[in-house]
Amino acid sequence: MRINAFIAALALALGALVGGLPAQAQEGVGVSVTRGDVQPLPIAVPAFGGGQVGADIAQVVAANLQRSGLFRPLDPASFIEKDLTPAVQPRFADWKQINAQALVSGMVRVEGNQLRVDLRLWDVQYERQMIGQQFTSSPENWRRVAHKISDAVYERLTGEKGYFDTRVVFVAESGARGKTIKRLAIMDQDGANPSYLTSGDSIVMTPRFSPTSQEITYMALRPDSATVYLYNLQSGRRESLGAFQGMVFAPRFSPDGAKVVFSVERGGNTDLYLMDLASRSSRRLTTDPGIDVSGSFSPDGARIAFTSDRAGSAQIYVMGADGGGARRISGGGGSYTTPVWSPTGEFIAFTKQTGGEFHIGVMRPDGSDERLLTTSYLDEGPTWAPNGRVLMFSRETPGGPPKLWSVDVTGRILQPMPYPGAGSDPAWSPLLN
Amino acid sequence: MVRSLNGRTIVRLALVGVAAASLAACAKKDKPAFPVTQAPPQTQAPQTQMPPTQGPVSQAPVGALPGSAQDFIVNVGDRVYFDTDSHDVRADAQPILDAQSAWLRQYPAVNVRIEGNADERGTREYNLALGARRANAVRDYLVGRGIESARIATISFGKEQPLDAGSGEDAWARNRNGHTAIVSGAR
Repeated sequence: MRINAFIAALALALGALVGGLPAQAQEGVGVSVTRGDVQPLPIAVPAFGGGQVGADIAQVVAANLQRSGLFRPLDPASFIEKDLTPAVQPRFADWKQINAQALVSGMVRVEGNQLRVDLRLWDVQYERQMIGQQFTSSPENWRRVAHKISDAVYERLTGEKGYFDTRVVFVAESGARGKTIKRLAIMDQDGANPSYLTSGDSIVMTPRFSPTSQEITYMALRPDSATVYLYNLQSGRRESLGAFQGMVFAPRFSPDGAKVVFSVERGGNTDLYLMDLASRSSRRLTTDPGIDVSGSFSPDGARIAFTSDRAGSAQIYVMGADGGGARRISGGGGSYTTPVWSPTGEFIAFTKQTGGEFHIGVMRPDGSDERLLTTSYLDEGPTWAPNGRVLMFSRETPGGPPKLWSVDVTGRILQPMPYPGAGSDPAWSPLLN
Repeated sequence: MVRSLNGRTIVRLALVGVAAASLAACAKKDKPAFPVTQAPPQTQAPQTQMPPTQGPVSQAPVGALPGSAQDFIVNVGDRVYFDTDSHDVRADAQPILDAQSAWLRQYPAVNVRIEGNADERGTREYNLALGARRANAVRDYLVGRGIESARIATISFGKEQPLDAGSGEDAWARNRNGHTAIVSGAR
């Protein structure tokens, strides 16, 4: 499949997700979509010039593209043209012969405390350049450079923003069940550079990223108290959201990062509250006697999706951000929890429990077009990649520790995350600057 | 000899005699040691004579110290169980909670924390809210039996602290509970 055809097929497969075809697809020919699937685009990512770091960067780029499910990096052993550099035009015939559709060539130079990568992306069939770009950073930052390159290639070839230069905060779990030690941890989206953020002296859960900054909010549970924290990952500053009469939990930022929606339980009744972080004033959004929990803003900040059992079982509702006009949107059998509005605004992801199984699914904000993406003994707690293409969640087998998994929004690309340890409650960061 | 058993008995007795003599020697250093004499080996079985019987010792547990946390756990019951996705106090929980309230009336200095728990068949945040409802259902029951609400704190552990680490109906049933933990005032 040619690149233009690939882009067109991708756009069709994603339906309205990308909001129309990207510009590159207009001249596409030979569109082939099979059962809504996109055939991964064959791409060649030879080791960049410049020694080991060049090989390492190319490897990270190829792994990112492979994991997206939209690309099929070709085996370097099949490459005919060796020692390709961005300074020269590729011998396209050599790349056509191995059926590469796209070709990435790069050269790394380290001078003093600066790492510089020259990058070109080629359309092999049309023999034209699609990207010519230079990336500079410090040498120890080479993985981030590789993620930036991955995002550039992904964006050029799919017409969508990338999501590779991101991080994931999650709860790293260790120890026997029932005595589990839970620590906040952070890693790159590809599982590299994991590190702990808390010591494990309290049960931490449900970290959520600010959509605008390197700040998270999470909940810590101790034998006699529950606290919601704000934690700035850059300054290391951590502060409590404040003391509340009753148990406080389930925090999540507003799209502008200026507010936090959370739940307070009082006398067994759980309601949604909204706090303005600058003034620290909070107000109550719901007053019904049911459980109202897991608030999640629409990306325009105008609405809030949440879980409520006001009508019996747990279902998903959408209301105005001021608390008015709540309307149930989930309608199928079973219970629906953990609504999370996609960054594009087009979907609400959720956890559905029915017939002894759990699913991660998506529906439109009006409740239509429900699609279940996963099925297992226990899948829970989806978080969106910033481009709205991929969801990460945690999966448990009976008696086993939770593991981090990802699934794309079509449900076609389901895979465990490269992080080898036990983890739950993932929260995807916005794209790094 | 057919009396090997008896012979051994005699030797042992003799050694005890030696030990007793030695002890005596140690205890009274100012006195000359007794000469150690050993009983001559007997060739005849000794007259079997029943030792004087001592009075029978009867044992009975006195149990935990009344008013202690142990007393509460063992003699009252510190946990009641709930049905799936429910916070209704079940019929089988009522005698336990009645006993809890009676005990708490008897020991008015005791303060408790009701910990609500949920099984793993639910998502984290919802289960926190569900556990809180269970804790409050227990609290309300105790308050309805005359326990001052100021003596009762509540918290939910959601599905974070399962009593039973297993997966399956039995484990889930055990993990759906309200646990009455004594926080102060017990003996």
